[in-house]
Amino acid sequence: MKFAKKDILDVESLSVEEIQTILDTAETLKEISTRPIKKVPTLRGKTVIHFFYEPSTRTRTSFEVAAKRLSADTVSISASTSSIAKGETLVDTARNLEAMNPDAIVLRHPAAGAPHMLARLIQASVINAGDGMHAHPTQALLDMMTVREKKGRLAGLRIALIGDIAHSRVARSNIVGFIKMGAKVILAGPPTMIPMGIDALGGLVRYHVQEATRDADVVMVLRIQKERQEAFLFPSEREYAQCYGLTEEKLAGAKEDVLIMHPGPINRGIEIAPEVADGPYSVILEQVANGVAVRMALLYLLLGGR
Amino acid sequence: MEISRYLIKGGRVIDPETGVDGLFDILIEDGKIASIENPQSAIQNPKSKIIDATGKLVTPGLIDMHTHLREPGHEYKETIETGCLAAAHGGFATICCMANTDPVNDNQSVTDYILKKARMAETVRVYPVGAISRGLRGENLADYGELKAAGVVAVSDDGNPVMNAQLMRRALEYAKGFGLLVIAHCEDRNLTANGVMNEGITATRLGLPGIPNAGETVMVARDIALCELTRASLHIAHVSAEGSVRLIREAKARGLPLTAETAPHYFSLTEEAVINYDTNARVHPPLRTAKDRDAIRLALADGTIDVIASDHAPHSSIEKDLEFEQAANGMIGLETSLPLSLQLVEMGLMKLNDLVARMSINPARILNLAHIGLKPGNPADLTIIDLKKRFTVDANAFQSKSRNTPFNGRELKGRAVLTMVGGKIVFDEARE
Repeated sequence: MKFAKKDILDVESLSVEEIQTILDTAETLKEISTRPIKKVPTLRGKTVIHFFYEPSTRTRTSFEVAAKRLSADTVSISASTSSIAKGETLVDTARNLEAMNPDAIVLRHPAAGAPHMLARLIQASVINAGDGMHAHPTQALLDMMTVREKKGRLAGLRIALIGDIAHSRVARSNIVGFIKMGAKVILAGPPTMIPMGIDALGGLVRYHVQEATRDADVVMVLRIQKERQEAFLFPSEREYAQCYGLTEEKLAGAKEDVLIMHPGPINRGIEIAPEVADGPYSVILEQVANGVAVRMALLYLLLGGR
Repeated sequence: MEISRYLIKGGRVIDPETGVDGLFDILIEDGKIASIENPQSAIQNPKSKIIDATGKLVTPGLIDMHTHLREPGHEYKETIETGCLAAAHGGFATICCMANTDPVNDNQSVTDYILKKARMAETVRVYPVGAISRGLRGENLADYGELKAAGVVAVSDDGNPVMNAQLMRRALEYAKGFGLLVIAHCEDRNLTANGVMNEGITATRLGLPGIPNAGETVMVARDIALCELTRASLHIAHVSAEGSVRLIREAKARGLPLTAETAPHYFSLTEEAVINYDTNARVHPPLRTAKDRDAIRLALADGTIDVIASDHAPHSSIEKDLEFEQAANGMIGLETSLPLSLQLVEMGLMKLNDLVARMSINPARILNLAHIGLKPGNPADLTIIDLKKRFTVDANAFQSKSRNTPFNGRELKGRAVLTMVGGKIVFDEARE
């Protein structure tokens, strides 16, 4: 199929067919990363700017590796080393970057909607690498790829998301994505971290982890941000670990072949017990490997035909 | 020399103060209303200039009791002069300006400065609102005696809530001694926290931090309790939430000296205006749900909400051309307030006479102004409105220095065509 999008801003704006195309393409390109010479000339002469207003290890490295394996030229900017530190607005920065004729800008930004704003301003493709609490579409796509690879399908699966749904862009994008692909999504966490109106996105809300994991095909654990404790969202890390941390015990009702996922970085012993994170059902590191493939696919689909 | 005699002929005159509603001619002499007569009696006055109001509506000069003129301090957003021009073009003869300038209007010299600039602008009447607390910091009372003597008509920390309940109690009591109205910006800052739009489905989808209705209603409930305790006049600014309406309705039924206002955006828009991260739709309190909007419309119709005020809040592209979470709150409203309000009549949700009252004599009564309505002897403040005029909102054509409106491009029907203040025409569409 022809892939006609200019930008990848969120999962809501992707159709089922587009998601399938992205996942199929990623599966094909995944093999490149296993070769001794991990590079193809597909995007030779294309320029990709990685623009990260927020700290990131995994996502940033994953995007850079993906672009380089396709032979694109990459430039990396972070907030602390750029004009943002000198008070330049996003609009001005965008116009300046645009003047250098990049083919794609990968943006991570603490404000929801920042990539949408950038996309309206510039001709280059914009890929959202996470905006505020809003969306993290490439994470959702790599999660869907991982699940599809392991289970052979997405439709009809029970996906449990555990933890801080309210502040998680990963959760939002995964809820939208998995539901779009025909899976059932069950959410669990302290009510302080379940956002108002989330059921309108189609997720079923449960307050007990065991209820959410029952018969689950996939259990995805969300990172708990320690600063949330100050906003009265939970009393203590100890209490959180006891009531909401994913342990083997809380997983007892899940399917035999349940997959354990986490977008990283992990707080071991808080939202996920070490024996679960490192256990036989964990696909956390496969998620990371698929991240490179999905990002290669997106760059290829957005820039390859141009 | 400027003609000081006008005869406004053939218009439908509505004055909720005197109960007049019908075809009348109005004679204006020396800046005052000389007489209001039946057209048949054919006022004979060869020296007066005729203003033909046939097919139009003539109302008492409209009053906007909640604007931000940004001067002193933020003249790049608006000046008293441009704000007054915007008011005149919107049909307003009188406006009140809030105290959150820089410096804050918490003392006589700032009040004097505002009044001097307003006199120089020679457009509409400007009544400054002083601060409740010195510097709007919510720590000490401002000097109400001095402010009152300088000419403020009310006190408000608008933009900031008075978080300390004891300070609010004392403000109500102390203001009562000077006959000053207290205008409350009802917001619990602990609840609104870092929120940037209404909490709910849309905020959840957009990943934006939400502001719950309770962020407003908790404070409305507190201030009603303090109104009951002190029996001082309290006016609730920019009501946006259904729960607030319920509390106000109940408090009024008990006879408390309580009044309330809302702004056109709360009965014209919902939180969905924020989709696409339009920073012009970022405002505080935030745009709410259709349920809240409908409750506001009902409250305006049944009189629970006494006043429509624009909460005209100019911002430049410096504050608005930003990521949504970083953008400033507020939208301009002086030049769209009347047309948006007239839509309520057009939709059959409100009677025209009631709407005129909410935008003229109600604020005049609440502010305790000296001359109310189109009575002979009163200064000739009036607005002529063409109810049938269709137009498209064009922010670039505004008199205001700022352009931050979510209504740009909207098709509306009905607008002011002439504004007169003290017998002087300050806006005449025919001359534009």
